[in-house]
Amino acid sequence: MNTELTGIIATFLLTLVIAIPLGKYLAKVFAGEKVWTDFLKPLETGIYKLSGINVKEQMNWKQQMKALLTINILWLFYGFFVLIYQDKLPFNPDGNPGMTPDLAFNTIISFVANCNLQHYSGESGVSYLTQQFVLMFLQFVSAATGIAAAVVFFKAFRDKTTTQLGNFWEFFVKSITRLLLPLSVIVALILTFNGTPASYEGKDKFISLQGDTVNVSRGPAAQMIAIKHLGTNGGGYFGANSAHPLENPSYLTNMTEIIAQTIIPLAMVIAFGFFIRRKKLAWTIFGVMTIGFFMLLLPSLSSELGGNLALAKMGISQATGAMEGKEMRIGPAATAYWSTLTTVISTGSVNGMHDSTMPLTGLWQLLAMMINSFYGGCGVGLLNYFIYLIVAVFISGLMVGRTPEFLGHKVEAREIKIAAIITLLSPFLILAGTAIASYIFTSHGNAAWAVQPKNWLNNPGFHGFSEMLYEVTSSNANNGSGFEGLGDNNIFWNLSTGIVIFLGRFLPIIGPVAIAGLLGAKKFIPESAGTLKTDTKTFALMTFAVILVLNALSYFPALALGPLAEYFTH
Amino acid sequence: MKKYIIQSIRLTLVLLVLLCVVYPITVAFIGKMSKGNGGGEKITKNGKTVGYALLGQSFTKPQYFWGRPSAVAYNAAGSAGSNKGPSNPDYLKEVQTRIDTLLKYNPGLKKSDIPADMVTASGSGLDPNISEQGAAIQIQRVAAARKIDVKKVKELVAMNTLKPFMGVFGPSSVNVLKLNLALDEL
Repeated sequence: MNTELTGIIATFLLTLVIAIPLGKYLAKVFAGEKVWTDFLKPLETGIYKLSGINVKEQMNWKQQMKALLTINILWLFYGFFVLIYQDKLPFNPDGNPGMTPDLAFNTIISFVANCNLQHYSGESGVSYLTQQFVLMFLQFVSAATGIAAAVVFFKAFRDKTTTQLGNFWEFFVKSITRLLLPLSVIVALILTFNGTPASYEGKDKFISLQGDTVNVSRGPAAQMIAIKHLGTNGGGYFGANSAHPLENPSYLTNMTEIIAQTIIPLAMVIAFGFFIRRKKLAWTIFGVMTIGFFMLLLPSLSSELGGNLALAKMGISQATGAMEGKEMRIGPAATAYWSTLTTVISTGSVNGMHDSTMPLTGLWQLLAMMINSFYGGCGVGLLNYFIYLIVAVFISGLMVGRTPEFLGHKVEAREIKIAAIITLLSPFLILAGTAIASYIFTSHGNAAWAVQPKNWLNNPGFHGFSEMLYEVTSSNANNGSGFEGLGDNNIFWNLSTGIVIFLGRFLPIIGPVAIAGLLGAKKFIPESAGTLKTDTKTFALMTFAVILVLNALSYFPALALGPLAEYFTH
Repeated sequence: MKKYIIQSIRLTLVLLVLLCVVYPITVAFIGKMSKGNGGGEKITKNGKTVGYALLGQSFTKPQYFWGRPSAVAYNAAGSAGSNKGPSNPDYLKEVQTRIDTLLKYNPGLKKSDIPADMVTASGSGLDPNISEQGAAIQIQRVAAARKIDVKKVKELVAMNTLKPFMGVFGPSSVNVLKLNLALDEL
């Protein structure tokens, strides 16, 4: 068998082998049960003490969300000022300039929101101080925010009726000390020992074999690359992200990085089942997500391995598949595998340029981000899935003529309204955002911005439209990857995607947690013969149908104008 | 509310120390034991640095093996792909030019033997590798330019070919810089 295919099969199997025990472990950690990492307790006690936090204090869902928003808003202000003044602050060996306010606005929201859309380039746009004290810091804490929010959601369904959902700070700190930080150390060291720089040395210069003078950007990259994947952030140290040979030196590191970004989203689903003592429900959810993932992966693999038709017509050999924007040591199969996972999960790191992938691969990448819940980001993937699940519960309830219930709690008008708003939010932001961008591109091409709208697109025709659609979709999904040909560092894209990222992050966290909080507080109705069971194959199919129908109805026209039109005219 | 604000500030300060000082410095410290001391592995020739093992560099002379096309001309102070879409007419013209260039400088080369990686830009613009086929089609040219035996060049290519990871995972490839260095040392 082809070694590129055995490579991705091994990668997926290895992911499962790590993620499943990790999920069990996480359930225990957050339930406060005994685990082998309890030796870290003194560290946590120290953190609580220094921060004036009493973790015995129970919070209801509103208090949880207040704590979450308070600390997130604080990070917005802190980061914004560092980004603007990074040229005047220490630790800037390459002498990179401060950011413009609109770029800083975009960048800081993007990193606080776990999105990591980057309108700057790592080598020339940020200082070492920014890389570590803002960007890498936020990669840890934004991932921990998502995980903590998911644990609050877990809590609501563990006991029969409760408003006491634990302590946000405890979940947040434990996500870092028991999960993100230890794993980051391991991944960072694997990367360092395979060639990724980890030291604080500045730019280097050498004369090449042929006599050219070459400058080399370096710096403490391994540390950031580890958490960028584990935390499903995706923001690279270097401009080319994980396609860069220093960021992703070999096939081994490629496997490490893709596994690192997949294990926590998978583990969270498993953890949910163990935490609320309903393993079957978790496996059902896991099954739907996995089937969805494979339905996106297989056609992407086939179109990338098939190569570019236009190049085939020129008479060259594409024995291994399409190579534009891809790296030789990784190959098209592992790039297609990565591109699917990085879009179903909201990482958004890339090991090959999505702008140059085949039209249909672009379609699957877009669809993956629109659905955004086949595994999904750290913690938040499950929350997104929960919204679809509640809609499915509601529709099934209507179909069989019963009051809809979820895990023994009646789902009523208020919960459905919240779910409906969250469901409508994504298509609204994505379609309105793309429409405004298209309008400005066609009607105000000469606006005097850093990049004039008429020069935004790197590719003509349908593909150009896809570049804009991708940018907004990626922002809403908090994904952060891009069709990077788009000229995005100007006031329009910086502000518009900043706003989309912010709304696309916090509303889809608050909504599901609110629904869970409301449901958890309701009277518990024991299961009877009339209960709609949510852990059956039939209900799994129902949820899958809801996901498919909602997304197809919302996005088909936009997808038809972009990747589909390109495919049919290609 | 005020309580949350104060807790947030204090917690942020504590975590800044843990995550942005303790963690990265620990990794950097242990990383000193890696090849290149955590600053990237360098390649030297006669005591001078001539490149980084992982970073591709521009080769245009006929006596050297050429690497893949680069959207940033192998400038390692930046990195980027071309971001050209698969159907972009300008892009397709560019590819055609690259094919013609290869045909011109490699007499006897058949179009159907040119592998895609030799005429498409890499994702980073710094790809250090080419495919085995990409090296194979250049052997005649390099041997002729250096006036050495084709067999010798073939041997060097084989020696600088990276097999798939553990023999079964991922593609094989040829490191262009190391291969060219080996040629210079003949």
